[in-house]
Amino acid sequence: MTLFLLRRLLQAAQVLFVMSLLVFVGVYAIGNPLDMLVDPQATAADTARVAAALGLDQPLWVQYWRFLANALQGDLGISFLHGTPALHLIVQRLPATLELAVSALLIAVLLGIPLGLWAGLRPDSFGGRTVMAGSILGFSLPTFWVGLMLIMLFSVHLGWLPSGGRGPTREFLGLEWSLLAPGGWRHLLLPAVNLALFKLALVIRLTQSGTREALLQDYMRFARAKGLPARRIVGVHVLKNIMIPVVTVVGLEFGTLIAFSVVTESIFAWPGIGKLLLDSITQLDRPVVVAYLLLIVFIYTLISLAVDLIYAALDPRVRLAGGQAA
Amino acid sequence: MKPIAPPAPTSPAAPTTTGGAEPLLRVEHLSTRFRTRGGEVAAVDDLSFELATGEVLGLVGESGCGKSMTGYSLIDLVDPPGYIAAGSVRLRGHELRGLPAKDWQALRGDRIAMIFQDPMLTLNPVLRIDTQMVETVLAHRRVGRAEALARALDTLERVGIPAAAERLRSYPHQLSGGMRQRVAIAIALLNQPDLIIADEPTTALDVTIQAQILYEMQTLCREAGTGLIWITHDLSVVAGLADRLCVMYAGRIVEQGSTAQVLERPAHPYTRGLLDATPAAALARGHRRGEALRQIPGSAPPLAALPAGCAFRPRCARADEHCMQTPPRVEAAPGQTVLCWHPLPPGAALPGPAAHAEARP
Repeated sequence: MTLFLLRRLLQAAQVLFVMSLLVFVGVYAIGNPLDMLVDPQATAADTARVAAALGLDQPLWVQYWRFLANALQGDLGISFLHGTPALHLIVQRLPATLELAVSALLIAVLLGIPLGLWAGLRPDSFGGRTVMAGSILGFSLPTFWVGLMLIMLFSVHLGWLPSGGRGPTREFLGLEWSLLAPGGWRHLLLPAVNLALFKLALVIRLTQSGTREALLQDYMRFARAKGLPARRIVGVHVLKNIMIPVVTVVGLEFGTLIAFSVVTESIFAWPGIGKLLLDSITQLDRPVVVAYLLLIVFIYTLISLAVDLIYAALDPRVRLAGGQAA
Repeated sequence: MKPIAPPAPTSPAAPTTTGGAEPLLRVEHLSTRFRTRGGEVAAVDDLSFELATGEVLGLVGESGCGKSMTGYSLIDLVDPPGYIAAGSVRLRGHELRGLPAKDWQALRGDRIAMIFQDPMLTLNPVLRIDTQMVETVLAHRRVGRAEALARALDTLERVGIPAAAERLRSYPHQLSGGMRQRVAIAIALLNQPDLIIADEPTTALDVTIQAQILYEMQTLCREAGTGLIWITHDLSVVAGLADRLCVMYAGRIVEQGSTAQVLERPAHPYTRGLLDATPAAALARGHRRGEALRQIPGSAPPLAALPAGCAFRPRCARADEHCMQTPPRVEAAPGQTVLCWHPLPPGAALPGPAAHAEARP
């Protein structure tokens, strides 16, 4: 177990290293940040001064070496644009995105698993067919369009929910949270539903196909031959088997929810990290981009570690590779 | 060994008739049909047999002859598009056909248990053995978890599982095939059922394990007075196990009688063909090395396209124009019935020439 964790940590460090290198070179290739930062009318001397201040006068490998040395001490650089530490900028925005992503994931799982189970148990019923047809819509409708339609319907026509912004928040553990503030959920609901729709469709389809497959297994027939109540057959024998693929996929999808909620955040003017990333890329604010991507890789690593642990807990046949196996 | 509590008398099939006349199980004219695109197909056709308390009945036939479907019909596990179309199944005099789903659920795993062919697939891979055993007790008995666990442990020991307490905490993949089948058997025995339906439970195991399990099952059922229906394609398996045999072909019982009658004086050409096809029969005939075993010509017909009259007709050397009509059920000997126009004469004892065999010196 300890070996497993150590191995995972080492892997994560390698990935982080390669990632930082790629992003560094990548952003360098896009353009020179100085063009964005310095007034075009500035003198060559001014430009050189700014470049020297930001360390942009050095060759790329020296810049990278400095970044690496600082990063190992927990300093991911200072935003060219804002003049504040890049990590600080991101962490300030992170709760908004996390809150949105977790809400979306909860909606997807809490609705998706029961609906998928139902559709899987009654594949030929009207309800089952409707759920499956609906899940195809969830897959195929573009997120931005659904977002706009949600705003049109619930904000413009019905006037039930606000169309954008984060609304009231309450401080907890030094960060701002919408759900803790009275009425905060009203601002969260539409973007969360919008973000959840695709994942909801995914969870429904996974659960449905898993259920149908499980029902064909011999152990289901044996469970029925034992005279177990239907509640127990579905709730324990089926559910525990289908949770294995669902946990894997949902876990990894949680990463994409955090990393790529950009579209939803833009539509609903949600002040999360997706919006920050877009701005930083257009402004060539390299420290923020690098810090953002490193953080995302880190979060991904954590999630996949959690998925592996849950997976091992759910499926007794899986043993976490400690020593020999790769 | 702790005595196990007697079954609750509230179950729908609890014994109320004490008369010796009523058998444990009486099946009459049972038919199970499937709705298919090409019309209806009878997987089980007009089946009738009886089983006494503590008796072992062997249900023998080739793949696809409807023997497994017979088992599912007896425990109401026929999945759509199949359905039980006609007939009656009585357990200790109580009609089971048409019982509501709730009563069936109470009956399954309690009064009637079933064991399946592949022990690798019958246990749920993600649940521990104790979970799968305890839930079976709790589904039918109002007892605490501790008591259910004690009963599980006791039953595991009875089926010959070493270190049973340790095994209880194992997952199925940690056990060998033979051990898993023992666990499945233990689960079937947990609530001391009146009837166990065993659908080829030893086919997937190697021969030594098969022999052990056969012996243990026989002993356990004799001791507890449990009726046992053993479904198999292997005559040698039931030869030493069953009291009575039913030979099935194309959804029907073509021959029925005591094991000795059916194996020693088969009256149906199909039964004779099956017996002739065994290595033991070949040896008795003076089989030479390299010589092919005798086999029944042709193959079992698909249920959707059964020949009219006797379904065995196209493969039978004795068939004539009579066999175009549905054959009658005739008594070949007391207690031995056969579904045939031209049953083999009772004198034709093994290893005499089969009806379709070549001339012998």
